[in-house]
Amino acid sequence: MDAVTVHRLHFAFTVTFHYLFPQLTMGLALLLLILKTMALRTGGEHYHRAARFWARVFAINFAMGVVTGIPMEFQFGTNWARFSRSAGGVIGQTLAMEGVFSFFLESSFLGAFLFGEKRLGPRAHWVAGFLVFFGSWLSGFFIVATDAWMQHPTGYLLAPNGEIRLQSFWGLLLNPWLLWQYLHNMIGAVVTASFVMAAVGAFYLLSRRHEAYGRTFVRTAVLAGAISSVLMMFPTGDQQGKNVAYHQPVTLAAMEGLFHTVNGAPLAIVGQLDLDAQHLDNPITVPNALSFLTYQRWKAEVKGLDAFPPELWPDNIPLLYYSYHIMVGLGTIFIAVMLLAALWLRRGALYTSRPMLWTLMLALPFPYIATTAGWITAEVGRQPWLIYGILRTPDGTSARISAGSALFTLIGFMGMYALLAILFLFLVTREIDHGPEEL
Amino acid sequence: METIWFCLVAVMIAAYVVLDGFDLGAGILHRFVAKTDAERRAVLASIGPLWDGNEVWLLAGGGTLYFAFPALYASSFSGFYLPLMMVLWLLILRGIAIEFRGHLQGPVWGPLCDSVFCGASALLAIFFGAALGNVVRGVPLDSSGYFFLPLWTDFSLGGDAAVLDPYTVLIAIAAFITLAEHGALWVAYKTTGDLEQRSRRAAGRLWWAVAAMVIVITFTSFRVQPHLGESFRARPWGFVFPLIALAGLILMRRSGLRAFLASSAFLTGMLTSVAFGVYPYVLPSSGDPARSLTIYNAAAARYGLQVGLVWFIPGIALAAGYFVYTYRSFAGKVGEEPWPGK
Repeated sequence: MDAVTVHRLHFAFTVTFHYLFPQLTMGLALLLLILKTMALRTGGEHYHRAARFWARVFAINFAMGVVTGIPMEFQFGTNWARFSRSAGGVIGQTLAMEGVFSFFLESSFLGAFLFGEKRLGPRAHWVAGFLVFFGSWLSGFFIVATDAWMQHPTGYLLAPNGEIRLQSFWGLLLNPWLLWQYLHNMIGAVVTASFVMAAVGAFYLLSRRHEAYGRTFVRTAVLAGAISSVLMMFPTGDQQGKNVAYHQPVTLAAMEGLFHTVNGAPLAIVGQLDLDAQHLDNPITVPNALSFLTYQRWKAEVKGLDAFPPELWPDNIPLLYYSYHIMVGLGTIFIAVMLLAALWLRRGALYTSRPMLWTLMLALPFPYIATTAGWITAEVGRQPWLIYGILRTPDGTSARISAGSALFTLIGFMGMYALLAILFLFLVTREIDHGPEEL
Repeated sequence: METIWFCLVAVMIAAYVVLDGFDLGAGILHRFVAKTDAERRAVLASIGPLWDGNEVWLLAGGGTLYFAFPALYASSFSGFYLPLMMVLWLLILRGIAIEFRGHLQGPVWGPLCDSVFCGASALLAIFFGAALGNVVRGVPLDSSGYFFLPLWTDFSLGGDAAVLDPYTVLIAIAAFITLAEHGALWVAYKTTGDLEQRSRRAAGRLWWAVAAMVIVITFTSFRVQPHLGESFRARPWGFVFPLIALAGLILMRRSGLRAFLASSAFLTGMLTSVAFGVYPYVLPSSGDPARSLTIYNAAAARYGLQVGLVWFIPGIALAAGYFVYTYRSFAGKVGEEPWPGK
């Protein structure tokens, strides 16, 4: 493996593992706030206990996000030094703002939220919960702003020495790419948290333990999940797709497996990519649908890969194509599952419908897979660029770090994260097993 | 503008060392001053709600460094590749050990967590010390402003440069002893009974080692990096920083909160002395001096630094506000039972 490949795998592995945790942190922060609000409105112990249970899960998950997050910031300097040096004047802004505005807020009020319920009283405790929610969503904003700038750079100036300088602070923060990417990502976090809460609730109902809490969890999660799954597809996913279509048309062609420019492009639902023969095996397509979704005209022209020189093509088209299709496919299934569950809920049959509860419980891993596939789509789709149109990926690495050094630390992280994963699963299953009842 | 950001980054790093320094120091001493399970839980309770927030200063300091001096961030982080990765692993292990100590009791996992916590804290203090030594000594920057240092070659001074040589090892030992002292004073301030007595005795003994190290590292640092002496000769008002350190060192002989604050002043004085002495360099070159990174050639463009000042000042004031709030809520001595909620 050459050094560039190892550096890419290094970042890909650590960031993929890292983002398993913040997506639940950010989504659960919102659901916790809903439970806390219900507790304030009903005044009973039930919702307080429900919130305390999820706060315990939240704390373990949050700690995992913190310890796996620190390496992300470091890696900009350690493995991607030339990128950091040329772009640090721009993305240093958003990364430093995350540290100053979000991390201090989150860490201070998480302590108050977890340890201070008695001393603070219910209202101040709600405020602490709100600040944790606000801090985590602000953190997400700055990180997505950083990625959005790499996807679609705005507000910058290229200096003669190759340095990329900030020219407009608001140009950076009001990047048109950022709004939809941020909303799409955050609502995705709510989808993950909804499925996790629904799965735990369904588990309690199926195993006939903590059933009052199981019903609360399932009800809250299905309502939040139904709304968020729909918002995931429309408008946020739709708008995000249009961003790609307008600003990265070659990426759109690769995502859709569209080799040739056509009027009235079909939408591939399934099919395996054959790059050499330039066609899809075993395709199931919807005629003209891609043209309509992108340009609102059934016969609009959509550019295929043949419209672009191969050196501008993403360098791993099959991975991009599959991850995009996994994301969209799962997203569609999530809408179906959550809307059906909501319908059952309305008819009063959800808590006793074993097939539905089984579905909710077993659906647990899939939002994580969808989110990961979504980020792979975004980041592999950006290739061969590190900063779209400005800096190619191989030109951003740390030139003095050998492939051997990078592989050593990649293996080290794999070992360390395997340990973390075991500890996390052990602690979380223990909390779930213990349940929300307080002894 | 570059000088303002140099000062702000120095303040962030000093804040990190003072704050995370005491919980690292508490970790180093943990296995030695706390004998029973209850005492060990008390040590952990004294840092339990605080260490995570303290570590945020490292992240925020790193972010600020990245934003203000991207070339420095790129060069130093890639150059110290392996030691930094080890720092990350140690931070992860230490974080897990602290968190799990609250969840897992009993004769097997409790002591394991204690040992990991203790070992990781000690190694982190040593790594941070070595890093500081490297920044003072200088590194072999190439013509494009990068370098790469192995951890060690043959441990000789001035030969083939490595992260560890006699000078940087000396600074590492000094950092280890100083943070152990800082942690001992914190534990003595936060706890009661035998634990307090043992911590105070440990602090008393360590003080002599700290004082001896101060003399040795001051002498050797001026020899290793001549620029330090030039800075103080050119701007004699800079002696105020070593004087703060000296006052802190003397006042550390007192007890309770005062001793801890004196130790904080000592750490701040030492670090600001280094910053003052190194200025305007941020990473001196050990070869051709023209390759050194200074605040001028490592800084981000002017507009970004100006905009940054607008959000940084209120942002960090808010952060300081949260810290005052958190420290006040957890003020006073800890009981020997685990902190509430665990």
